[in-house]
Amino acid sequence: MDHVIAARAQMGASLAFHIVFAALGVGLPLLVFICEGLWLRTRDRAYYDLARTWSKGMAILFAIGAVSGTILAFELGLLWPGFMRYAGGIIGLPFSLEGFAFFIEAIFIGLYLYGWDRLSPRAHWLCALPIVISGPVSAGFVTLANAWMQMPTGFRIVDGRVTAVQPLVAMFPQPWKVQVTHGTIAAYAFTGFVVAAVCAVAWLRGDRRAVVLAGLRVAMVVAAIAVPTQIVSGDVSARFDAEHEPVKFAAMEVVRHATRGAPLTIGGIPSAGDIRYALEIPKMLSFLVAFDFDAVVRGLDAVAPSDRPPVAPTHLSFDAMVGSGFFMLAVALVWVVATWRKLAMSRFLAVAITVGGFAALVALEAGWFVTEFGRQPWIAVGLQRTTDAVTSAPNLEVAFYGFTLIYIVLGVTCAWLLRRVGHAHEPPSDPVVAGPAAA
Amino acid sequence: MTPIHAVAGVGLAALVLYAVLGGADFGGGVWDLLATGPRAARQRGAVAAAIGPVWEANHVWLIFTIVLLFTCFPAAFADIATGLYAPLTLALVGIVLRGAAFVFRNYAADVPALATSWTAIFGVASLAAPFFLGDAVGALATGRYAWGSAFALCVGVFAVAVCAQVAAVFILADIADDDVRGDFRRRAVRSTIAVWILGALPAAVAAVTEPHLFASLLRPFALAAIGAGVVAGLVVIVLVSARRDTAARVAVGAEATAILAGWFGAQAPDLVPGRYTYSAAASSSSMIVAFLVATALGAIVLVPSLALLFRVFKSGARSERA
Repeated sequence: MDHVIAARAQMGASLAFHIVFAALGVGLPLLVFICEGLWLRTRDRAYYDLARTWSKGMAILFAIGAVSGTILAFELGLLWPGFMRYAGGIIGLPFSLEGFAFFIEAIFIGLYLYGWDRLSPRAHWLCALPIVISGPVSAGFVTLANAWMQMPTGFRIVDGRVTAVQPLVAMFPQPWKVQVTHGTIAAYAFTGFVVAAVCAVAWLRGDRRAVVLAGLRVAMVVAAIAVPTQIVSGDVSARFDAEHEPVKFAAMEVVRHATRGAPLTIGGIPSAGDIRYALEIPKMLSFLVAFDFDAVVRGLDAVAPSDRPPVAPTHLSFDAMVGSGFFMLAVALVWVVATWRKLAMSRFLAVAITVGGFAALVALEAGWFVTEFGRQPWIAVGLQRTTDAVTSAPNLEVAFYGFTLIYIVLGVTCAWLLRRVGHAHEPPSDPVVAGPAAA
Repeated sequence: MTPIHAVAGVGLAALVLYAVLGGADFGGGVWDLLATGPRAARQRGAVAAAIGPVWEANHVWLIFTIVLLFTCFPAAFADIATGLYAPLTLALVGIVLRGAAFVFRNYAADVPALATSWTAIFGVASLAAPFFLGDAVGALATGRYAWGSAFALCVGVFAVAVCAQVAAVFILADIADDDVRGDFRRRAVRSTIAVWILGALPAAVAAVTEPHLFASLLRPFALAAIGAGVVAGLVVIVLVSARRDTAARVAVGAEATAILAGWFGAQAPDLVPGRYTYSAAASSSSMIVAFLVATALGAIVLVPSLALLFRVFKSGARSERA
């Protein structure tokens, strides 16, 4: 295996694995917070059981998220020392603040998970709030660092050396608003759909307890708010890319040359200089970018061939994300209509929500692939190429295979344990109604 | 004091906290591995109850240290990550597997085959992680990243002993069960003696194989730190024997501080001996000041949160569910 490919494969596998836990770490605390709050308000036992069951899942997921996040912190240096030597002193601020957000998450996760019997019900419920806040905040800080890699700023280079570093400027590079918004809402859309899908599968298997439907409802409310918002945020992001990151945008939309009245290319198999089997909607891309059917869309040929991202993975990931997103939107709309009209849960809807859960996974992963493939061949656009950032340590492929094996073992064990948590039909221990005051 | 000194001080403090709090978690895993006899299950239960609520928060000190290093000393960070690729990767595998194993075995407690295998992984990984982290520190101290050298390997063994000692002292104050508390009291005393013996070993090896390093150990600051560490160990033995378990935690923390401060002081002003001084590796002063400000702001939310966590779970009062 090629040295750089091995490093990229390991980093890619690590992020593809971690992003699932990171997204659930943002979304799941909100669901648990809502459910425990509903329990305190309504004393409906189903909400208590949901909060209790989901917080068990949260314990497993958060632990795996914490250790897989640690892998990434190490891999920044172990795989990309050339990049960190250059960029560490520029983008350290969001990482430093992320450290504190992660601290708050870890502390209150400990209090929440182990505090059911030690804190008063209200104090316990309030312990979820810092997790609900610090989850998206810490994910947002990491996204700021990624935004810097897309459009580096906040420093000058004099004689090949980094000088005049402005940490606060570097912390908020131009794409920060679109990236942080899109990345954060993605976590809620993903979590909502995945949790709803888990409930839908239980329902399809004949588990008709009130707790299953209550769980599905809470999760779908979150999803039904997040998904349409995400589609709007995706549209804003794409138009931002068209204007400020035209090369990445050209790869996403397969625009080879600057084109007036560019068609929207959906799917297909891109090859060198060509694309086959794609659906083309004439002039649509120009319209989507500028609300003008005859607008000019810049092409890949704006930069030298060696500076262009790989078209096939960028474009296909983009379409997979958009396609999954619109499928999720359709399912969410059907669910909203069915709920509005007080229709009973149907087999059709349960299957659709289940497929929506898988679509949510595809959208999450593919969306992140777009950002990363679309940035290549750069690790920091215009500054440093990925090939110049990689470590000189030997035998990287051994570590790649080793960590891949670890991810498989952790993923399979985690999935199996989560299934057991969900299937535990004996109800969780009874709620403490008059618990001890906060210690 | 310059901002670079302040950052080095923050780094030392973060490492001390990681060594004490994270080290207690690693050491807990080592005692899990060594749990034997009729009370093995109760010993394991005491370890799990003590580290369950706090290990994830303790673990963040390591992340914080890594971020500090690449933010404030990026050149040294890149050099260390390249030179110590192998031991850091192995330590990372240990850290990942022990964290995962800890939750997995809790949730698979009623499936004996899984619980047994993940318990074994938890113990072995808890031993491997501090060993390779210690080995990496020893290798760094040699100035040539000689992680396979006798000195570095001895520092790895020493790190495991310190973690076991810190864990025994820290868990002690949390145990309700009298028999098990007696076990950990004996372990705290014996592991303190083990720390002395295994701490003398790398120094002896250095005298033979690492003359530069050994010379730096004879500097007044380093000698004072070693002396303070030995005295703190004695105090640990006295306090543990006198059943002053909470006070013993402070003493073992002082010992860890002496060891790490001695290491920093022996190398100063070098971050990586012979390769990077702190100032040569430092990023721009604007970044360092920004990091210090971020740390101060972060501390405003972190300190009360940590205090709450430890007050609820680690007040020293015997846990009723040991």
